[in-house]
This record gives sequence, C-alpha cells and structure tokens, in this order.
Amino acid sequence: MTETNTMPKKKALSLQVDLSKFEKATDEEKRQQDVMSKSTTFFRDGMRKLMKNPLAVASIIVLVLIIGTITVAPAVVPYGYQDIIKVDGKRDKTAKNLEPFKYSKKEMKYMEKTGEKLFPHIMGTDSMCRDYFIRVVYGTRISLTVGLFASILVLIIGVLYGSISGYAGGIVDLIMMRIVDIIYSLPDMLIIILLSVVLNERLSATQNPVIKSLGTNMVSIFIVFGLLYWVGMARLVRGEILKIKSNEYILAARAIGAPSGKIIRSHIIPNCLSVIIITTALQIPSAIFTESFLSFVGMGVKAPMPSLGSLANAAREGLQSYPMQLVFPAVTIILIVLAFNLLGDGLRDAFDPKLRR
Amino acid sequence: MSNETNGKSGYLVEVEDLKQHFPIRTGFTKTTLLKAVDGVSFKIRPGETLGLVGESGCGKTTVGRTLLRLYEPTDGRIFFEGNEVTKSNMREYRKEMQMVFQDPYSSLDPRMTVEDIIGEPLDVHKLYSTKSERRDKILGLMSLVGLNAEHATRYVHEFSGGQRQRIGIARALAVDPKFIVCDEPVSALDVSIQAQVVNMFEDLQKQLGVAYLFIAHDLLIVHHISDKIAVMYLGRMVEMADADELMDNPMHPYTQSLLSAVPIPDPETARKQKRIILEGDVPSPLNMPSGCAFRTRCRYATERCSAECPPFTDRGNGHMVACWEK
Ligand SMILES: Nc1ncnc2c1ncn2[C@@H]1O[C@H](COP(=O)(O)OP(=O)(O)O)[C@@H](O)[C@H]1O
Ligand SMILES: [Mg+2]
Repeated sequence: MTETNTMPKKKALSLQVDLSKFEKATDEEKRQQDVMSKSTTFFRDGMRKLMKNPLAVASIIVLVLIIGTITVAPAVVPYGYQDIIKVDGKRDKTAKNLEPFKYSKKEMKYMEKTGEKLFPHIMGTDSMCRDYFIRVVYGTRISLTVGLFASILVLIIGVLYGSISGYAGGIVDLIMMRIVDIIYSLPDMLIIILLSVVLNERLSATQNPVIKSLGTNMVSIFIVFGLLYWVGMARLVRGEILKIKSNEYILAARAIGAPSGKIIRSHIIPNCLSVIIITTALQIPSAIFTESFLSFVGMGVKAPMPSLGSLANAAREGLQSYPMQLVFPAVTIILIVLAFNLLGDGLRDAFDPKLRR
Repeated sequence: MSNETNGKSGYLVEVEDLKQHFPIRTGFTKTTLLKAVDGVSFKIRPGETLGLVGESGCGKTTVGRTLLRLYEPTDGRIFFEGNEVTKSNMREYRKEMQMVFQDPYSSLDPRMTVEDIIGEPLDVHKLYSTKSERRDKILGLMSLVGLNAEHATRYVHEFSGGQRQRIGIARALAVDPKFIVCDEPVSALDVSIQAQVVNMFEDLQKQLGVAYLFIAHDLLIVHHISDKIAVMYLGRMVEMADADELMDNPMHPYTQSLLSAVPIPDPETARKQKRIILEGDVPSPLNMPSGCAFRTRCRYATERCSAECPPFTDRGNGHMVACWEK
C-alpha cells in the first residue's frame, strides 16, 4: 500500500527531471514518430492482426487466385464463352460433353494432321460444345461483380439511411425505422421473384443502351438488392451509432468543447467503420448466393451469359452422366462464399478491439 | 445572493436553483417530467472541494452534467468567476471547467491511443504550435497523473481500470482547468486502487489549485477529500455543511441514516452508535411524494412534511438543512 502510494508522487516529481531520461526518450520518440498518424496506426494494427489469422490469410490467397484467374483467363484461353468450339474454322459438333482435359475426335485428327497442340479443355465442354472452363470463368466474373456492386449499393443506401436515423433520433428515427420494419417483414425471396419478373418485362421494353448491355436481369437484380437488402445494414448502422452516442467519451468530447463535426469524424465514424466494413465483407457472399439462387431458378442473368447459378442449373439435366458440370460451378460458389465469410470473420477479429480476446 | 456582488464574492463556481427535468414517455402520447434535479444551489471557492453524496439515482450525475451544460438546464443559473455561463458563451468556459467520468471504460474512445485521447483537448483548443510541443505536453500530463510515458501509443483496452481513470484525469487536466467535476471517479475501481486515485486527486489539487465538485456515494471518501459536503435526496439538497461539521453533527434524518451506515474504525464509538435503517424504498422520481421528498421514509415525518416542502435554511455557521422537524 505504501509503495503504491508513493508511486504517483515520484512520477509527479519526475516531470521536471526528464533530462536524465533524455537518451532513452529519443529512442522512444522515434518509435512514436513512426506511429504518429492515428488512422494508419489503427489500420496497420488491424492488418497486422489480420495477417496473423491463418484462415483469413488463406481466404485472401484463395480470393486473389480466383480474381487473378478470371482476369487473366479470357486473354489466355482461345475459346469464347458463347461460341461452339471450332476446329480449322469449322464447328466441331463432336466436342459435346467432353471430360476435363479430353479432346474431341475432330480435334485429335486435326492435331495429328498438323502436329499443332490445341489448348486443353480444362473443365471439359458442355452439352452445346462450348468450353466449360471459360464459361465458369465468365460465370464467376458475373457472380462476383453482382456480389460486389450489390454490396456497394447496400452499403451506400444502408449507411446513409441508418446514420441519418441514428443521428436525428426522435420522431424521424421512429418513422424511418418503421419503414425498415415493414421492408424487413416482407418475405424477401417471394418479393425478389415477383419484382424480377415485373422488372424484366418493364426493362426489356426500354431502349436504354446501358440496360441493354448489362442485360435486363442484371439490372433487376441490382434494383432488387437496392430495394430490399439495405435494411439490415441500415438497422446495424443505426444501432451502432446509437450505441456510440451513448458512450461517455462522446460526452467527454463535448465537455472538452469539440464541435459536432470533429466528434463525428474522430469518434463516431472510426467506431462504426469496422462494423460497416465487416458487414459489407459478409454481404458480398450473401449477394453472390442470392444471385446464384435466382440464376438457378431461372430469374438471373440471361443466356448465353453464364453465371455460377445458371451453370449449375444447366448441369442438372445431365447430372447422371456428367456430374462434373455441376461440381465445377458449385465448388467455385462454395470457395468464394466461404473465403469471403472467413475473411469477414478475420476482419471482425482484427478490427474490433472490443471483441478481441 | 444578488448578482452584482458575485464578482467580488470570491467564489469560483456558483449554482443558483439549478433544475433539470427530463420529459419521459409514460404512455403512447403521454409524457411525464422526471425531475432529476429540482432546485439545487451551491458555491465553490477556488481550490476548494465540495463533496456531493446521495443514493444512486438521486441526480448527482445530472447536477454535474447540467453544471457543465452537457444537458441544457430546465431552469437556474450558473456563474463562473462571477460571470453567468450561458448556452452561447459556454465554449469559452470549456477550458475552465472539465469533467472526470464515472465509467473508466466507456469514457475513453477504444479507437484512440492514449496520446490522442489526452491530446484531443489540446487539438480542440489549439494549445500547441508544433507537433513536438504537443507530445511534450502529453507526456508531461501522463507523468503528472502517474502514467508511464512509454504507453503513449497504446490503445486503452490494454490498461487497467485505475490506469484508465488516470488517462481520463489527464485529459481533463490538459486544458489547465480551474474546476473539475469528478463524477464518482473511483466507484468503479477496486478498493485498493480507490485510495491511490483519491490521493492523486488531492495531490493534483495541492499542485495545481483546481477546485472539485467531487461526487460519490461513499461518505468516507468524500469526507477525506472535501472541504464541504452536500447531501442530495431525489433531486434536492437536504443538507450542506463543512465536512467535519456534517460528519460530527448531522442534522437531517437522511444524513443521519447515511452516516450510521458508515463503518467506524473505532470500536468504542461504533458500539455507542446505533444503525438507523431506512424503511421502504426510494420513491420513483416520476412520482414524487408531496412536500418533503424524504417524508415517506422519515421517522420524524408529520403532516406538515407532506403539506409543504421544507426550505433550505442556514442553522448557523453555514450549516444548511432542509427539514421542518430538525
Ligand atoms: N438523459 C436522461 N434522460 C432521462 N432521464 C435521465 C437522464 N439522465 C438521468 N436520468 C434520470 O435522472 C435520475 C437521476 O440520475 P443520475 O443523475 O444519473 O443519478 P446519480 O448520478 O445520483 O446516480 C435518474 O432517475 C435517472 O433515471
Ligand atoms: Mg451517477
């Protein structure tokens, strides 16, 4: 008790004698200089923790590999996703439902004749004599793009709506949250299916070039996400802001005289940022999953444009004879969804000090 | 009490008839006023400590926060060095009046390093010209409150409750205030650490000459640190006197019961003293008894107590009591 009592007093006195510590302090100062900027400090701190998490690192590697493959493959593989395989400029009708790394009869003849080695069908071909690998690559592109953009849409709408509701409080909050409740209580799959049917008819009538090039189904998927899936994000952000607002450090900042702008910038945003990032990371796989589901039931992207879901759907017909055609897109979906989920969990562990330990 | 004399009165902080009524929704459309603070007055001299005690929920925190205009007062006036503190000029007084919070966990931003927490008031009031001056000030404050300067770049979740409270004190001291509201600064700490932190508050007062409004529900701690003690019950003050006077000669029945519950180190006196156990519960602040709020639990209550609220009057030597019977 006595020694602990004198401790602070000694320190208080040492305020004036810092000279003796001078040598040491320069070392320290260097270190402190390094980490002076607060945003990078927090970011680096989190990244270091993320890199220590083997599952998160594995997910990042898997995602990088997948994204690398889908960017590079179309330039390397000499087949198109909607073209029937051609040998010597003629359509090769024998290249139907080939096994992975097998060649069709015509192709083998051609190779014997010319001695030229044709690019292998890494995942075989489908029932319409198209190279399956390139179709899976394009399907993954579509699915990832849909997932990413849908999540960004959800992020923007949800964060704006949620933060307005959370800041404003009172009657504004009450009304905004009842709207969220109503949207939340709608059976989402039913609404999605109904909406995409209606939207498809509406949109296919328009001549808008952007919509034309995207495909009406893609546009309706985005609209559906924009209309329905932001509510979860909005609720989360609102709750987070209410929670942060009730913390005494906000009161402390006000007691210091910090203006509202500064309080929002340096306390509220940094404290809900991790929740937003994590939720977005977890939103991507859920969007991919929904898109795949819609494509699987035939409401998704339009043929011949493939998506992982529509590929899986197409593979159902020949399931008995050619199971690999279901396995490839299914495994890709699983890998992507799992990797994003594990990455999201890793981000949460790394960037949320409250949940640490 | 007149305002003209305030400038010469020599008081640092004066609070006159402070009221804080929170509207509470009690039905779908009905709101009731919760009178968290209902007419509290006190004065504090420079370098002096006023202790504020009372059961939890009696409005101590609200007094402190309303005094710093973190809540807009329903009524009442606040003076600092004789000048009225209003909504519009409060910003100037943020450098003079600070607060240390009860909860050492939620009062520090988990996203910030110790350095940035203590530096925030310096940033807001631009109290430095160079980065190195800022750091020197921060490190000086850290050693002032007994924190290791090497921990400046750590996040708060790495610290213990006592250390966190020191960080909160350093933040309050950063603007070099003349007055600090300490809202139960030791209640959340282990008993062994409480003494350390209370001693630190005393040392800082000696060193820097700050005045405190020291809120606590532990009478022993308050007696240890305070020059004067005020006792609150359900939003009103029931007794205020010099610390020793209040401990030796409590007049209000509520103060007497609080004191009788304090453990006494001397067995001789302890045996002589009888514990006064209060009957019943604290009434809901939404549904306060008429007249004296304490009458429902008071042994001496009469009809007069329910009819009229007793005034807070001086019984000699500045010993103020609000009771009809004492
Ligand atoms: N912001 C607020 N809104 C509504 N009621 C409040 C608020 N702050 C405190 N109260 C109420 O005011 C009363 C006094 O609270 P408080 O000042 O925290 O008491 P103490 O600090 O003495 O424990 C309590 O009944 C509490 O519920
Ligand atoms: Mg309190």
